[in-house]
Amino acid sequence: MSDILLPSLVDGLLLGFVYGIAAMGLSLIWGVMDVINLSHGPIIALGMFGIYLIFTNTGLNPYLALFVVALAGLLLGMIIYGVAVHRVIDAPHLSTLLATFSVNMIIIGIGTALLTTTPRNIDFTLGSLSVGPITVPWTRVAAAFATMLVTGLLYLFLYVSRPGKYIRAVANNRVAAELMGIPSARILALSFGLGTMLAAIAGGLIATFFPFTILSGGSYELKSFVICVLGGLGNPLGALFGGLILGGLEGLTPAFMPTTWVPVLEFGLFVLILLVRPSGLLGSKS
Amino acid sequence: MRALRSPGLWLALALTAAAGAWPYFTGSASNREVAFTILLSVALASSLNILLGYTGYVSFGHIVFYGLGGYMGIYLLSERGVSLWLAVLAGGAIAGLLALLLGASILRLRGAYFALATIGVNEAARAFINNFQPFGGPIGMTLNFRLYDHYGGAARALWMVYGVMLGLTLLVILVSYLVKNSKFGLGLLAIRENEDAAEIMGVTAPQAKTWAYVLSAIFPGMIGVLFFFKNGNIEPHDAFRLHLSIEMIVMVMLGGYGTVLGPVLGAAGYQRLRGMLLVSPIFKNIQLAVAGGLLLIIVLFVPAGAVGWLRHRVPVLRKVLE
Repeated sequence: MSDILLPSLVDGLLLGFVYGIAAMGLSLIWGVMDVINLSHGPIIALGMFGIYLIFTNTGLNPYLALFVVALAGLLLGMIIYGVAVHRVIDAPHLSTLLATFSVNMIIIGIGTALLTTTPRNIDFTLGSLSVGPITVPWTRVAAAFATMLVTGLLYLFLYVSRPGKYIRAVANNRVAAELMGIPSARILALSFGLGTMLAAIAGGLIATFFPFTILSGGSYELKSFVICVLGGLGNPLGALFGGLILGGLEGLTPAFMPTTWVPVLEFGLFVLILLVRPSGLLGSKS
Repeated sequence: MRALRSPGLWLALALTAAAGAWPYFTGSASNREVAFTILLSVALASSLNILLGYTGYVSFGHIVFYGLGGYMGIYLLSERGVSLWLAVLAGGAIAGLLALLLGASILRLRGAYFALATIGVNEAARAFINNFQPFGGPIGMTLNFRLYDHYGGAARALWMVYGVMLGLTLLVILVSYLVKNSKFGLGLLAIRENEDAAEIMGVTAPQAKTWAYVLSAIFPGMIGVLFFFKNGNIEPHDAFRLHLSIEMIVMVMLGGYGTVLGPVLGAAGYQRLRGMLLVSPIFKNIQLAVAGGLLLIIVLFVPAGAVGWLRHRVPVLRKVLE
């Protein structure tokens, strides 16, 4: 039993890191401005295509291309914030949900027309790592390391740099932050950009080991919701832990029941946690 | 029954009835299909409006009631051999029951948490049905063609379903109007504006919200049965399509949420626009992007929707546009 369980657990946990980084983007945006970004999925998909297009056209190493994709994600997020979100930032939730969803429709619409929905695949491997009974592709390990690196840098940015401190101040109390002279509009745009940057990076990492289409982001967006609720909405580190929990769950469940039951379990758990503890398993605020 | 003499109600009903009568005059099956889609959207949007527009709770996964009702109805029709009428009622009943159960729990959540929970409920239901063998699992169920013989053959059955759809749509509009002009409806509107204040003023919010939820779930359940009866088969992917759910919200917003006429105009307008974009050579491929751009403009600049905007700008129309 354990010779099946252990490899699939490791597999699930490594994937969990990537889920975590995707969810972190959603969580960051929620934490700073109480906006649920429904364009999260398509941005993950754009990250996938970013890596794909750079790699197939220039042959650049996907991990170096990730920097380009991250920067593009940051800029795209700031543009989305400026165009679609800023005007309704203080409106009821329905407005921001619909505004970000309309961005989702625009990206998917243009993406489907330009990129079609044929599955793509990046022809890139790093071989596999074998430790005892466990064999995992190096690309998964690299993705986990990249996630940890990005998380570390994000926290360094949030706690050490001045704009990062501004972000935390705005998240804490926007009005007070404005009174202290913090340019809140710019900081909100930056936060939104960081959130979409994380989504684009997650997409790029996923593209190194799974085939994808422009619609692939949707399932990761739904997983990100589940993870955010597991880890507490608005808590980026909680999102990483939530990702690991979900990844572990996905790794272990198939040993006990058919794989098709995994989503039932995931979404059942999601609704249950929302009901019992809406602040999340790791959330501190009640 | 002074409420029944209001011109606003009759305007909404007359517009729907006139549009619904159009295929009967032309006698063409393709016109009927177009009109069916529009009526379906009008009815779905109007029933969602009872929760979204009057009560202010954003149900992102409202399609779960349509899917579940459809499944229940098709199961009864094909496996248990009950009549279409009973199946439609059963579809509505199961959707209402689910809403009643959910209402006691997830309606405690507010704002975005409620919206997220409804997405979760829809996805959980879809995943569950995917594994539920009595309902055919991932393959779904297909109606035996001979079933249509009970209703005078397939061609007549489709016209009959269309007639029922038209009647149901008119009923939804009437209910939507009656709710809005009742004491119950005023309680809902108060909850929308400020739930805590509404409770202090004597509105039993949990109860009122739950009944609004149930009411807005029953009709999608019935409509699901009609649609999938006409369609001939049902699959989890078609029944619980989150996208359709969000389109319902878009229609309500387009026309004006919280108004009776708004969802009618919004749904009809949205479907007509989509139809036109789909056949236009330039926009065919990017119709989703165009619809998204339109939604963004509405959300940013006309948040009250078409009817809300007209009521605000032209005070005379307030008597006519409910």
